[in-house]
Amino acid sequence: MTFITDTFTLAGRLIKHNLRSLDTIITVILMPIMMLLLMVYLFGGSIEIPGVSHAEYVNYVLPGILLMTIATGSAYTALRINTDKLSGMFDRFKSLPISKSAVLNGQAVALVIFMMTSTLIVLLVGFLIGFRSQANFAEWGLAILILMGFALAITWLSVPFALAAKSVDGASAFSYLVLILLFISSAFVPVTGMPKVIQVFAENQPVTHIIQAIRQLLTAQPIGNHGWIALAWIIAITLISYLLGTRIYRHV
Amino acid sequence: MTPIIEVKNIKKRFKKQLVLDSVSIEVQPGSIYALLGANGAGKSTLLKIITGLLDSDQGNVLVNNLTVTKDLRQVQQLFSFSAQTSSVDDILTGYENLVLIAKLRHVAHPKQLALDLLVQFKLTDAAKKRVADYSGGMRRRLDLAMSLVGNPEILFLDEPTTGLDPSSRNDLWQTIRELKSQGKTIFLTTQYLEEADQLADKIGFLGEGKIIATGTPSEMKHLAGSEKLQLIFLTSEQLAQAQTLLTDFKVQLIDEVSINVELPDSMQSVLKILHLLSTNEIEPNTFQVTSPTLDDVFLKLTKGASL
Ligand SMILES: Nc1ncnc2c1ncn2[C@@H]1O[C@H](COP(=O)(O)OP(=O)(O)OP(=O)(O)O)[C@@H](O)[C@H]1O
Ligand SMILES: [Mg+2]
Repeated sequence: MTFITDTFTLAGRLIKHNLRSLDTIITVILMPIMMLLLMVYLFGGSIEIPGVSHAEYVNYVLPGILLMTIATGSAYTALRINTDKLSGMFDRFKSLPISKSAVLNGQAVALVIFMMTSTLIVLLVGFLIGFRSQANFAEWGLAILILMGFALAITWLSVPFALAAKSVDGASAFSYLVLILLFISSAFVPVTGMPKVIQVFAENQPVTHIIQAIRQLLTAQPIGNHGWIALAWIIAITLISYLLGTRIYRHV
Repeated sequence: MTPIIEVKNIKKRFKKQLVLDSVSIEVQPGSIYALLGANGAGKSTLLKIITGLLDSDQGNVLVNNLTVTKDLRQVQQLFSFSAQTSSVDDILTGYENLVLIAKLRHVAHPKQLALDLLVQFKLTDAAKKRVADYSGGMRRRLDLAMSLVGNPEILFLDEPTTGLDPSSRNDLWQTIRELKSQGKTIFLTTQYLEEADQLADKIGFLGEGKIIATGTPSEMKHLAGSEKLQLIFLTSEQLAQAQTLLTDFKVQLIDEVSINVELPDSMQSVLKILHLLSTNEIEPNTFQVTSPTLDDVFLKLTKGASL
C-alpha cells in the first residue's frame, strides 16, 4: 500500500516541476505544431495519397504529429531523470526506507501525464486547422489508450538512456532516435513511395503500426492487425526498458 | 559499549583502481566520528557503502548489529544520508522539500513537521521561495533539516561544510554539536583537520585506501606535529640574537632572516616567545602562526607507514 502512496507522492513532486516550467511544455509542443502547419499548408498540396484529398491531408498527418509530440516530450523526460541522478536526488530517495521502484514509477506516472497534456494541446491545434474525425466514443477511447501506451513505452525507454548518460545533453539525444523512426514510417507519407529496403523496414517497425492503428480508429475504419501488433510492441518495449531501467537505477 | 556502526574490512575497486583497501571503523553511539581525507581519498565511496547505496567487493557493515546489505529496510529506518552535492530539489520551495521527505518517511503530520523544522533551521522567511534562489548556506541547512525528518538516530553527512563561508560554517558546526547533545550519532566526512578537530570525538584518517591513523583530535594533532610560529627579522644579526634566546624551543632556519619555532602549547608559547624577544629589544618585522595542514599530516603519516 505504501508503495502506491509513495509513487504518487513522488509523481506529485514532478507534476509540480512541470507546472512550474511552462516554458518546457511550450518547447515540447512547438516543434510538432510547426511540423503540422508545414505539412498541411506547405507540403500537403504536393503529396498525393490514394483516397485522401488535399483537404483531408490534415486527418492523415495528425496521428503522426501526436506521436511526434510524445517523442519531443521524451527528450524532456530524459532530462528530468538525468538531473535527479546528477543532483544526488536519487541518492536521497534511495537512502529512504521506501520501495526502490516507487522512484522510477513516480517519474513514469508524472511524465505520461505531462506527455498527454502536450498531446492534448497539439490535438486542439489540429482541430483549429481543420482536423475532423468520424470516430465514435469507443474508437476515440481506444486511440487515446494507444497514445498513452506509446507515451508509457517511450517514457520507460528513455529511462535507461537518461540513467546511463553522463550529462544532461547526452540524456536527451535519445529522442532523435524516436524522431527518426517517425520519419521512416507512414506518419507523413505512405511507405509505398519509399525505396524497397526502407519500405520493408518502415512497414514493419512499431511506429508504423501504432500510427496506422490510431489513424484507422480516428477515421472510423477497421484497424486490422495493427492494433494487436502495436499493443505487442508497446508491451515489449515497456517491459524490457522497465527491467533494464530498474536494474541500472540500482547501480547509479 | 558496543559500537552502533561497525565497518569491517571493506574493500572496493573501480575497474583497476583500488579505492578502499580493507577499511575498518567503529563508531560509538552518541558520538561524532569524522572521516578525514583529501580529494579522491574514497570518503564518499565509503559513505555510500555504509549507507547501502553502493555494494562493496569485500567486507561488511553492521549498523545497530544489523547487516546493511541484508536488512537494508530496517537499517534505513535508523539513519539519514546527506550527499556531498546537498541533494535538495531546486524547483520546489524549502517547505515543499521538507513535506516531500516527511511524506516519504510516513511521519504523522508532514506539514506541521516541515513548519517546525523551518523554524529550527531559521528558514521560515525563505519557506515559500524556490530552493534555486537559496544561498549555499541555506541549501546546506535545508539539506540537514531534510535529514532530520523522521528523527533518525544516525546522521551521515558527506562534507557538510564544504563551500560555506566561515560564519555559515560556524553556524553549522553549532547545529551539529546540538544534534550530538540530543543523543544523535553523527558520521561526517571532511577535508579539514580543523573541522574534525572542532567537532569530532574520534577521527579516522583515510589515505591510500586505508585508515592510516585514528584517534581523538588531540592525538591526531600530536601526530601531525605542533603549530609553528614563523618569525621574520629585518637583519640576520637580529635572527642570530633571537636564536640564542630561544634555546628552549625547537627552531628551524628558513633563510637568513626567518625562522620557524615549534609551539608546544600554542598561544601560551607564542606569548612566551614574544615576551622573551621584546624584553631583549628584538623586534621581528612580521610574525605568523601556522597550523599543520592535512597535507602535512598526510606526508608525515605516509612517510611513517613506509618506514
Ligand atoms: N562510480 C565510480 N566509477 C569509477 N570510479 C569512481 C566512481 N566513484 C568514485 N570513483 C573514484 O574513486 C576515488 C574515490 O572517490 P570518492 O568520491 O569516494 O572520493 P572522496 O574522498 O569523496 O573525494 P572528494 O573529497 O573529492 O569528495 C576517486 O579516484 C574517484 O575517481
Ligand atoms: Mg566525496
